[in-house]
Amino acid sequence: MTELIRAKEPFKFCTRLHLSELTGLRASTLGQLLALIKEVPASCIYHHTHRFLQQHQYLSPEPPNDFAYWVTDTLGEDELGERLVSIDTMQYSTIRDLREKISSTIENYLKDSPLAKLKFARSGEEFHFIKSVNFILPTNYVAYDSLEFAEVLKKITIDSIYFHIFEARLRLEKPTNDFSCWIENSLGDKELADKISGFDPYTRTLEDLRKTLVQIIEKRISG
Amino acid sequence: MVRIEEYIPWVGQAVIDDLRLLGERLKGKVIQHINSTPVGGGVAEILNRMVPLLRELGVDTKWGVIKGGEQFFEVTKKFHNALHGRAEEITQRDFEIFMETSQENIENVNTDADIIFIHDPQPIALIKKKATNKWLWRCHIDVSDPNEKVWGFLMDFIVRYDSAVFSAPAFSRRLPIRQFLISPSIDPLSDKNKELPQEMIDSVLRKYNIKKDKPIVMQISRFDSLKDPVGVIEAYLQVKKYINCQLVLAGGTAEDDPEGFKVLEEVREKAKNDPDSHILLLSQNDLEVNALQRASDVIVQKSLKEGFGLTVAEALWKSKPVVASNVGGIPLQIKHKYSGLLCHSIEGASFAIKQLLSSPAYAKKLGENGREHIKNNFLITRHLRDYMLLFLSLYHPEDSVYL
Repeated sequence: MTELIRAKEPFKFCTRLHLSELTGLRASTLGQLLALIKEVPASCIYHHTHRFLQQHQYLSPEPPNDFAYWVTDTLGEDELGERLVSIDTMQYSTIRDLREKISSTIENYLKDSPLAKLKFARSGEEFHFIKSVNFILPTNYVAYDSLEFAEVLKKITIDSIYFHIFEARLRLEKPTNDFSCWIENSLGDKELADKISGFDPYTRTLEDLRKTLVQIIEKRISG
Repeated sequence: MVRIEEYIPWVGQAVIDDLRLLGERLKGKVIQHINSTPVGGGVAEILNRMVPLLRELGVDTKWGVIKGGEQFFEVTKKFHNALHGRAEEITQRDFEIFMETSQENIENVNTDADIIFIHDPQPIALIKKKATNKWLWRCHIDVSDPNEKVWGFLMDFIVRYDSAVFSAPAFSRRLPIRQFLISPSIDPLSDKNKELPQEMIDSVLRKYNIKKDKPIVMQISRFDSLKDPVGVIEAYLQVKKYINCQLVLAGGTAEDDPEGFKVLEEVREKAKNDPDSHILLLSQNDLEVNALQRASDVIVQKSLKEGFGLTVAEALWKSKPVVASNVGGIPLQIKHKYSGLLCHSIEGASFAIKQLLSSPAYAKKLGENGREHIKNNFLITRHLRDYMLLFLSLYHPEDSVYL
């Protein structure tokens, strides 16, 4: 077992809870969807590209976004759906860039397949734009070393893991996360920090992510 | 009374810790729920469970009920149907009756709390009493295609609230106030949803003279034309041509629903020639509902309109395969062919029921997926969290709130 380093400042676990705010904006066609994607608040783009992670933990870990789902399922545009679902969210550390990628994907598709513009969603199956309102609050869980850190990871909510991994990337606008930052800066373990920031969290369910994080840290502790 | 700790086996300690953290942020605020009936129907059922739990979490919560006579509830039932898009003749006199009773309630109902939480259209006019406190309007019904006359009448009240809450995205429209999406929930510890011993399930079947000699197709819902019980019988009769099964249509009527008995008569008439159709008028008996759901092979919810459709969540929680209409909040609960089957017609319902009865392994898988989905998204703990966040949102207009 490697000797544990005790940090001066503990890692303070926060949790992130969200409410879905309805905008009343809806799209029936690809053209309307595109126009609204360009103008809705960033919190809308965030909601429709990250909602699945928290709501469908038991589904396959692919990152299905709401746009891809609607385009495929409602409009029957499978090819565009595939292009949207395969957007590598990890590459984009800002919602601005992600929004740009989604809208250019739709725009390019419409250039290639102009007939797709004519498709309408039937009444009741329109795309409804929703935005996330986030509430961030500190929990009572803290960790001073990697052993405590792994123990807390086992019991905190997936909302907390979500906040420190996914939301952190967008908040920091860097391809890293809160866990890696603390492990590198407070425990001085750059190797472990890099390992955690190096894998793609979007390709796992949140429970899988929790297990993987715990395994990586415990393996590191046991040397 | 159920304690909040009792949910830990279902959702984990940390979820309960989060609820307590939110409760602390609401210390000192008094919240008052107001609706139109203390029993019957989904709203009363949810409030009965939530109010004590909110109190235990430190949120000072009260619950009041408005008063209204027969005429008032006949009018509000007409409003209800019209908001669901059904053709109803609404007269000027109806609006007057609504306002007369509302005025009496305005004079008699105390609205001093910090947050007044009004449920559904019946008490909506109480907003006229709004002072400097915060007011929320919770719409539990499907208003995706409302009668514009009634909606326009209600809109004069809605815009005076601080925020509105809907159960499905399709119910929202451009409003000058904030509007939130909050789904209702089920309580895994309630009599309606807790685990039951097989002997109890069998005894309920015996009580209603239901034999287990053929598969049971069931719809449990209030006897209300919007739940389309007659359509369920037609779908079942189509299935029965190929598969020897039996139908159970069970439900009660709500205090604020004067139409229930008329619908029940229609249903009895429709089913009278089929000896395998069981039409059960249940008094408020959640254990029996639970037992009947658990005894079913396929559960149907063939609503024409649906605010949310809690019976779907109840069925999925029991890992039952479900056939349900693609309306209101139902598609939030069922992903077609993954956690149940969605339908748009009597023929579609009949086809789906046949599929499930003929393929038990497929039916089982849908039921299992459905239970997971309900566990992750539609249990009362998620609902408590959303309500507390909603209360906090009244004091925080920003998109990211650091508490």
